[in-house]
Amino acid sequence: MGNDILIDKRKLFDFAGKKLMILVTLLISALFFVILILLLYKSMFIFNSHSIAELLLSSTWNPEKGEFGLYSILIGTLLVTGISLLIAVPISLLSAVYIVEYAHGTIRRILRPFLDVLAGVPSVVYGLCAFLFLVPLIKDFIAPFFGIESTGLCILTASITLSIMVFPIIISLCVESFNAIPIELKEASLSVGATKWETVKKVIFRASAPSIISAILLGFGRAFGETIAVNMVVGGIPRIPTSLFAPGQTLASLIASAYGEMMSVPLYESALMFVALILFVVVLIFNVLAVFILRRAKKRWSY
Amino acid sequence: MILSLCIVIGSLLIIIGLVIFNGGSSLTLEMFTQTSSGGYYLGRGGGILNAIIGSLILALPATGLAYLIGLGISLYLQKEFTHTQISDFIRLSLDILWGIPSILYGIFCLMIMAFIGLGTSLIAGIFALTLLEIPIITRCMDESIKMVPIELKEGSYSLGSTRIETSFKVVRKQALPGIIAGVLLGLGRGIGDAASILFTAGFSDSIPESIFDSTAALPTMIFHLYSSPYPIVRERAYAAALILVLIVLSISIISRILSKRSMRFIIR
Repeated sequence: MGNDILIDKRKLFDFAGKKLMILVTLLISALFFVILILLLYKSMFIFNSHSIAELLLSSTWNPEKGEFGLYSILIGTLLVTGISLLIAVPISLLSAVYIVEYAHGTIRRILRPFLDVLAGVPSVVYGLCAFLFLVPLIKDFIAPFFGIESTGLCILTASITLSIMVFPIIISLCVESFNAIPIELKEASLSVGATKWETVKKVIFRASAPSIISAILLGFGRAFGETIAVNMVVGGIPRIPTSLFAPGQTLASLIASAYGEMMSVPLYESALMFVALILFVVVLIFNVLAVFILRRAKKRWSY
Repeated sequence: MILSLCIVIGSLLIIIGLVIFNGGSSLTLEMFTQTSSGGYYLGRGGGILNAIIGSLILALPATGLAYLIGLGISLYLQKEFTHTQISDFIRLSLDILWGIPSILYGIFCLMIMAFIGLGTSLIAGIFALTLLEIPIITRCMDESIKMVPIELKEGSYSLGSTRIETSFKVVRKQALPGIIAGVLLGLGRGIGDAASILFTAGFSDSIPESIFDSTAALPTMIFHLYSSPYPIVRERAYAAALILVLIVLSISIISRILSKRSMRFIIR
């Protein structure tokens, strides 16, 4: 008799536990729909008085007068992200190839934890170092070298900072995918007389192309949404940048700097929610793309 | 190739060197023993004890909560509980949540706070960090739980234990190294994140007395100090950054040691 109660108890526990786990899982899976819907709902207010085209294509950002043109900020964001990837992608790809194909075992063993630690360094620390080291460097040496006046708080500084931040991400993802290439593939290429570099270019890069693309997309997502480090060095002026040494503004950084004054002006909050919505949707698209390309690649390129 | 690797390593060494060199020279014992009330931002005496404590009481409870929720989800993703398609979809959504910029979690919490009429507070900051950490911790635990051999689970089932008992008593122990690594990865990410707690935890000069008080944290402290016109205050931002980097570094070292240690408890 007592035994039956014990079994009932355990069954009840099993049942309740499973239901609890389902509940938690559903809540988290629903999270991004909830975020999306809330952001949409909050940015509805601004659509009443401004059309989407006006918001996206006008370049005057003047919340006090009720003008919320995001064009210059969009351009600034694209410039900063694009340039940072232009710097980061070749450098990290070549480093990854070197780590996998050329480096000795000891170097590899040292580099692994080193990169892991660097991926974990908080972004505010990157921002601080860029602000106190890179900004004076660009202000006093690099900009005068090209004959341009600059405060150092500019698009280029933000791009360099971001590219340093995405190095560890792209490198570790690429190293992983290069390591997954079967050795027979490389041996076949080497045995028909290809040099090591030809093998890298035509076999390794091709075989791991999908993983490289998804690594770049993930890096893009990270750079696009980075807030604090960019906010510290980009200058924070919502104008279309005239040169690389001119200040600009990015979407994520705008939210961080406008937060304090947002409550005072009507529609301002709604406009910021629209900015957050753009950020969310773009990052979402890039992440989904990255994940799908990676999954496709796993199926197709399984040797 | 060597050149590009040198650029990577060089730029990263510069960052670490800057933080250690500049931070080390302006690091004082006062920073650990006093709060920043008074004229700390104007160059007078004081410390950043409130930020250090703030960081810990924000990140530790958040990691604990994220661990509990993440454990539930990652155990649920096993084959015994759900179809492969459903678990694939959940994994996909977790991967995407991982990639979402942390400022969006901050905004999300801000909207909820406005809805229930809560100001910037410790509890809101904990909530934002928990959301930020859940995808990280869950995906790491999930990867190691997936590796648990089916024979071990079958052994447990054949002795008559239920799925929950097997999950929490057998699978959880077998996956311990991965779980520890995931939790500490989440902790490291949570303690260093500024964007999500900027709006939610706010900023204050003193150690919070209840969970409804605003609190400072190391990242937000750095964010407030760096642009000061006083050079001495900027040096303090470096010192705060050094403390933050040391905390993150020691979390990563502890994670390695603990993971290795807990390998002993694994049945191979």
